[in-house]
Amino acid sequence: MGDETSSKRQGGGRLPSVHSCCGSASPDDSCCAPKSDTSCGTPKSGGSCCGTVPSPCTDYSYSRADFVTGMLSTPAGPVPQVSRDLTGADRRGAWRVRWGLGRDGYRVRPGLYALGMPDALAPVLVTANYKLTFDQLRASVPGRDAWLLVVDTHGINVWCAAGKGTFCADEVARVVHESRLAEIVEHRRLILPQLAAPGVAAHRVKEACGFRATFGPVRAADLPEFLAAGMKADAAMRRVTFTLGERAVLTPVELATAWDRRALLAYGGIIAAAALDRDGVSIGRAVRRGAPVIGAAWLALLAGGAVTPLALPWLPGRAFALKGAVVGGVAATAATAVLGRRLSLAARLALLAGVPAVSSYAAMNFTGSSPITSPSGVELEMRRALPLQAAGAAVAAGAWLADRLGRRAT
Amino acid sequence: MTELRYIEDAVTLQLDAGRCTGCGMCVTVCPRGVFALGGGRATLADRGACIECGACALNCEAGAIGVEPGVGCAAAIIHGWLTGGEASCDC
Repeated sequence: MGDETSSKRQGGGRLPSVHSCCGSASPDDSCCAPKSDTSCGTPKSGGSCCGTVPSPCTDYSYSRADFVTGMLSTPAGPVPQVSRDLTGADRRGAWRVRWGLGRDGYRVRPGLYALGMPDALAPVLVTANYKLTFDQLRASVPGRDAWLLVVDTHGINVWCAAGKGTFCADEVARVVHESRLAEIVEHRRLILPQLAAPGVAAHRVKEACGFRATFGPVRAADLPEFLAAGMKADAAMRRVTFTLGERAVLTPVELATAWDRRALLAYGGIIAAAALDRDGVSIGRAVRRGAPVIGAAWLALLAGGAVTPLALPWLPGRAFALKGAVVGGVAATAATAVLGRRLSLAARLALLAGVPAVSSYAAMNFTGSSPITSPSGVELEMRRALPLQAAGAAVAAGAWLADRLGRRAT
Repeated sequence: MTELRYIEDAVTLQLDAGRCTGCGMCVTVCPRGVFALGGGRATLADRGACIECGACALNCEAGAIGVEPGVGCAAAIIHGWLTGGEASCDC
């Protein structure tokens, strides 16, 4: 809830029968069916609709739960009580995963938790076991007692997990049964985040565990109002938004691609290509010729991965690739103007072709972080943009190589 | 600021009004305000806003909604092209 990234639904569906992995007619077809042979609900490997399984059960490791403040005794045994205050460590963890570091292991153990002193009538809020999501939820309902039912989404946020099919009706039912929720609460109602709906069929939850699934608001921040209104969400609570602030928190992970494995390999390739010449290898040459290329790549990443997302509503066109190309074009033009005569003609051409191409590609990748893109639309823009991006990159590489040849000749 | 819009003409969403029972679940689960209820039936109020997340189709017990749900994510689509499998991302 709150800051999910874009939906990742898998599996095809057409009228009249919609195939879905969790709401399929045949239980055997469901890759998210309760698993009697595993302890943590890992989907069967090779399941067609849940995609690849991030990690096997044995790799599960949950950091010591600092947020547990005590144990609440219930008819079904003790339930961990969690704090509603986020600590410095929680904030540092959030900052870290926002930069794409250690996201895989940022998990909460699935199961039932008590927020405050919930009784048999307190609401049950269902959520994913991504710690960033869990933290937002436990901080979102000040002064209210509630049960938190954490399902195993393999540390993935609500919306993506729903799209992948790991956040599904059978997984919700599994945790309901495992936590013996029916012995703890008198009512039979679960409140699910609305963005779980691509994976959770509400009518299937009822069938599978007897609890009625009610979809709450999109954002955890709207929960107090939703609960106060008798579990009613207004139209605004049901809509995803993509405000400047929401876009801003998603840009670090785009910029973090500057030091991911593929980027480091590319830097290595550029440095090697810059160092090598007919007379052998030169470190000075590697730095002199390679550094400007890496600098240009960073400029493009900044244009496409940060400036484009932030300026999204004010950039021309609908396709993210076009928006990124425009920002990249402005950045490249500014860079050539600033560097002026220090750039050769070929270097100028490389900048003007390469930076918009890479910026366009980086912006296109931001479609995955946005809640406004449809897969059909993304595929359409990719089919148009990828050849142009490749051409721009090829012109840039050609100009860079030609520049070297030109300098050697003089 | 006007609401952000995306490429609209590729959307695969279909509503079979004949099957609709008017339960309103699609209106509830859609995060983009695509559906509205009118005359006891669901209608497509803003089809172009659809992001094909599949929430409506999955939660439509009557089976009145069809959509090709998928990943609105370039990296995932490239992954699908390269592996020949379904689009899937690591997020």
